[in-house]
Amino acid sequence: MIADLIEAVAKILFIFGVNMGFFAPVLGWVERKQSAVMQDRVGANRADIFGFTLIGLLHPVADTIKLLTKEDFIPAGANKLFHTLAPFITLTPALIAFSVIPFGGQYEIYGHTINLVIADLDVGILFIFAFASLSIYGVVLGGWSSNNNWSFLGAMRASAQMLSYEVAMGLAIIGVIMVYGSLRLTDIGAMQENFFKWGIFLQPIGFILFIACATAENKRIPFDIPEAETEIVAGYFTEYSSMKFIMFWMAEFLEMITIAGIITTLFLGAWHIPFISSKMLLSLFSFAGANGATILVMLTNIATFFTKIIFMIWFQMTIRWTLPRFRYDQMMKLGWKILLPLSLINIFITGLVLLL
Amino acid sequence: MSEYIPVLIMLIIGAGTSALILVATTIIGPKKSFADKMEPFECGESPIVSPKLRFSVKFYLVALFFVIFDIEAVFLYPWAVLFKSLGLFGFVEMMIFLALLGVGLIYIWKKGALEWE
Amino acid sequence: MFYILGAGAVLSALSMVTNKRPVSAAMSLIVTMFCLAGLYVLLDAHLIAALQIIIYAGAIMVLFLFVIMLLNIQEKEGRLAGHKIFLQFSGIVIVGYIFIKVVKLIGGSNLPARMEGSIKGFGTTSAVGEMLFTDFLLPFEIASVLLLAAMVGAVILAKAKID
Repeated sequence: MIADLIEAVAKILFIFGVNMGFFAPVLGWVERKQSAVMQDRVGANRADIFGFTLIGLLHPVADTIKLLTKEDFIPAGANKLFHTLAPFITLTPALIAFSVIPFGGQYEIYGHTINLVIADLDVGILFIFAFASLSIYGVVLGGWSSNNNWSFLGAMRASAQMLSYEVAMGLAIIGVIMVYGSLRLTDIGAMQENFFKWGIFLQPIGFILFIACATAENKRIPFDIPEAETEIVAGYFTEYSSMKFIMFWMAEFLEMITIAGIITTLFLGAWHIPFISSKMLLSLFSFAGANGATILVMLTNIATFFTKIIFMIWFQMTIRWTLPRFRYDQMMKLGWKILLPLSLINIFITGLVLLL
Repeated sequence: MSEYIPVLIMLIIGAGTSALILVATTIIGPKKSFADKMEPFECGESPIVSPKLRFSVKFYLVALFFVIFDIEAVFLYPWAVLFKSLGLFGFVEMMIFLALLGVGLIYIWKKGALEWE
Repeated sequence: MFYILGAGAVLSALSMVTNKRPVSAAMSLIVTMFCLAGLYVLLDAHLIAALQIIIYAGAIMVLFLFVIMLLNIQEKEGRLAGHKIFLQFSGIVIVGYIFIKVVKLIGGSNLPARMEGSIKGFGTTSAVGEMLFTDFLLPFEIASVLLLAAMVGAVILAKAKID
């Protein structure tokens, strides 16, 4: 019991450290640096300590200090309670959603079974959807409570968009669940040991649908109409300043990580390396003894998982800096008239193929 | 049940972190308020229309359709999990279910409830 | 754990009822939904707990918020303000009657106080699904007709505004 609790806390601290301590700040830098590289600019390279700029890696530190010392500003006429609550409601679900994503398999070390997922729930992916559906309140409340036309317009656009794409996103993964027969993400991950049983091969349409919907759900270009600077300043978080402003951004980055995690688990073989089964890895590391080999396999799997996540994050960044923005009517049309019917057809075809 | 304990810990840590950031930024940042700054941001102009206006009924429709299709999706999850054991019978019953909702989708499509021009 | 969640649900429900501002009331209701989901987890109804958050907190309450913002109800007294005392009195009588009935119902039935060692796999997705797609097939199919009716109804209600 005590060992289980220690294990749980260790896993939580690990995920928390990686997400909040590494990904969230570093992604802020990656976003700027990658846009700079793609647009042939020099980009974030000004912040330095004694002349060392570390290719701009000190910018997240500088940003944090700067944002912390900025005024926390609530405009007159705003609803103070909800104005403060909105970033909280946005960030908290984004932090929690990752807890059902497995970052490795099950290992037995010194007689203690380690399951590399914070919470191995029966409802699995529904847990993520449940918390993702809560983050919409942050957007609606943030826009509504600011008492600003731009904020309110942004909030309305954002919420309608998120609702539209949540439907298609939920339906897009039904095919995957049908194929693997489980909502439990650890099960789905474990079933993809064989390279040709990866979700991306069994559910190619579902993969494309899910990426499109997830990008829209996270309100990133090409679906960033709720925060389109050229039209409505910054959308629902126009009236936010200091760390509250950056909390919306942190939530976006964390959602990117979660999306990358879901895609990796459902479609890209979770923690497995293509063509190399766990047994092969185990025999490869056999020089370290039974327990040592298991630990090495575990570390390899974790590294594989995070490599895939980083790849998917890079992919999302590249999409953001490659495509132009949709018009609002185009976007709603895409969601309801193309993605939704397509995902229904995908379910039908998957059912037929599985039955035959 | 026991697998929900880590969720609870995660919930507490997550909410705690968010709250900590909020408190820190409220305490550390300076507070200077003057009339011009407190105005809603509108590039220096005074806002003419209040944001508390009624907005298009389409947003309301989207929310309603979302509820309907979300409930549909909810029925699909247990079905998808059991798909292999239910076999052809399960497939047919779900297709009847989906066909009825497909009719609904075509109906709202034809009625123009999905148009945003 | 039960008492914390139960108290949370009751308190937020009370705040929902007594709150004069519609948005605050809606947010209190979301807290209630969340606490209820926690109670479902305590009862081993995992799928229902997840669906409680997805459907009630995530979908229906968004609709409520939309309606509140759409109509933009101000903090006004209701139209029935004149009969306030009569309304309050009848409200208390009705709620009290229902409460007594519910207490009698629970007291009269011999429900087990607590299920010791719940049935294996109870409340999981596959267990719920098995029930739904075999024993409760007809209600399930009728649900689709209901949803269809809801769609048609929504369009007809909003049609005058679209045209």
